[in-house]
Amino acid sequence: MSVTAADVRAWIDAYAQTIAEHRVELVKLDTAIGDGDHGTNMDRGMRAAMEKLGAGDGDDIGALLKTVGMALVSKVGGAAGPLYGTLFLQMGMATAGRAELDLAGWAAALEAGVKGVQARGKAEPEDKTMIDALLPALSALRAAEGDGAELGDALRRSADAAEEGMKATIPLEARRGRASYLGPRSIGHQDPGATSAHLLLRAAAETFGR
Amino acid sequence: MKKLINDPDAVVREALEGIEAAHGDRVRVIHDPAVIVRADAPVQGKVGIISGGGSGHEPMHGGFVGRGMLDAACPGEVFTSPTPDQMLEATKAVDGGAGVLHIVKNYTGDVLNFEMAADLAKGEGVEVEAVVTNDDVAVQDSLYTAGRRGVGITVIAEKICGAAAEEGKPLADVAELCRKVNGQGRSMGMALTPCVTPGSGEPSFELADDEMEIGIGIHGEPGRYREKLAPAADIVDRLATAIVEDLPYESGDRVLAFVNGMGGTPLIELYVVYRELDRILKDRGIGIDRRLIGNYITSLEMAGCSITLLKLDDDLTRLWDAPVDTPALRWG
Repeated sequence: MSVTAADVRAWIDAYAQTIAEHRVELVKLDTAIGDGDHGTNMDRGMRAAMEKLGAGDGDDIGALLKTVGMALVSKVGGAAGPLYGTLFLQMGMATAGRAELDLAGWAAALEAGVKGVQARGKAEPEDKTMIDALLPALSALRAAEGDGAELGDALRRSADAAEEGMKATIPLEARRGRASYLGPRSIGHQDPGATSAHLLLRAAAETFGR
Repeated sequence: MKKLINDPDAVVREALEGIEAAHGDRVRVIHDPAVIVRADAPVQGKVGIISGGGSGHEPMHGGFVGRGMLDAACPGEVFTSPTPDQMLEATKAVDGGAGVLHIVKNYTGDVLNFEMAADLAKGEGVEVEAVVTNDDVAVQDSLYTAGRRGVGITVIAEKICGAAAEEGKPLADVAELCRKVNGQGRSMGMALTPCVTPGSGEPSFELADDEMEIGIGIHGEPGRYREKLAPAADIVDRLATAIVEDLPYESGDRVLAFVNGMGGTPLIELYVVYRELDRILKDRGIGIDRRLIGNYITSLEMAGCSITLLKLDDDLTRLWDAPVDTPALRWG
């Protein structure tokens, strides 16, 4: 079982749909500890990404991911634009010219993306950011790879780890991003960035794991 | 919430079209990507200065584009940082061969997007320096947080650096001046009401009739402390004390005092605030040499104010007094 360019398109499409469905929820989470625009911005960005991808049928996964990254960088704004943009751009560079990815290839792409996000945003684990969903997801993926797990199973474990990481942001005090201005008042709220990152990995598990 | 708009999704674009129609003699508006540029840009041999940030803070930054201040401003969506393609477009539009200064408010989104834009501009051969303002004393500064927000000092830095660029100062000097203004400036704000973004239609936070938020930023985010409403004298004392003791400003210092309205507070109340600030600073032996009072960095219709102090010297005072000709700030 592997991930093809058509699967990647389906994943982007599924993520755009899930972001649209969760737009209000993301706005509410962000209103509690940020400025309330995360859902709106991500929705605008993913719609732009879908438009840019168009009906093309190229089979270069790297090119697809780079197109998504550039669309997010130029349409999302806020912190999420450069961060999600960098995630996809780095994943795109790691998969340039590839028409198919096995589990190791997908893990390497995600690792490049997550490293890019860390380099751009300089967030550490437990800063209450998207990193708190992405890093556990990556670790779970690597662990599954080590166990010799099937792609679908590995992706589910990865999405589950992202979900746990997302929920674990609730008791944290934010140390990065706009939520950090609230200090202790940020405690008790789930991080919107970790939430949208979990949705991204859940969409991957549901699309690629079929 | 009632708003004087046509379509929540079109507010930023329609406002830009209004600015273009109203101030076409001073600025021109590029629509895709959105940038407000000084009409005569690029000025050959002059350092270009750009800034940018979410919309909803008008007149900042677009209202400060013109001779003696900004060369271009990048408006984002409401309360959302603009994007690197806008900043790149602005940078190229104002580069007169002497390089471009990016004045960036310390908000994570603004900083990340300007960093990407600076990388892109350098890749295209434009010399860029970026200075991040971070004057908000309501936020504890720490290596482990996003650091202090850039607020009121940003407008003052744009004015003073704009004057220096107009005098023909090189990029390194204008950037150094910007760091100096930021280093000698401190701000703090408070809100009586939240604000409502056109997109969400919901208040940015809930506040009871007898409550206020102390230590707010400029994006409708809640403050550091929620308290019972107090008389203006007590509120201003609270803000001014935090500001004065942070730098600290000391007896004998001369300052520029900036009393800023958040958009929904009438000028009469801002003058009450100024009266209290004047009294408090006099008691501490600090003299107000220059002042700016009005709505310059707003948060949509939020009621409240912020106070900014800048410690002055002869050079800064002269640059503040230098002629400026923008839609929102004009003298000399």
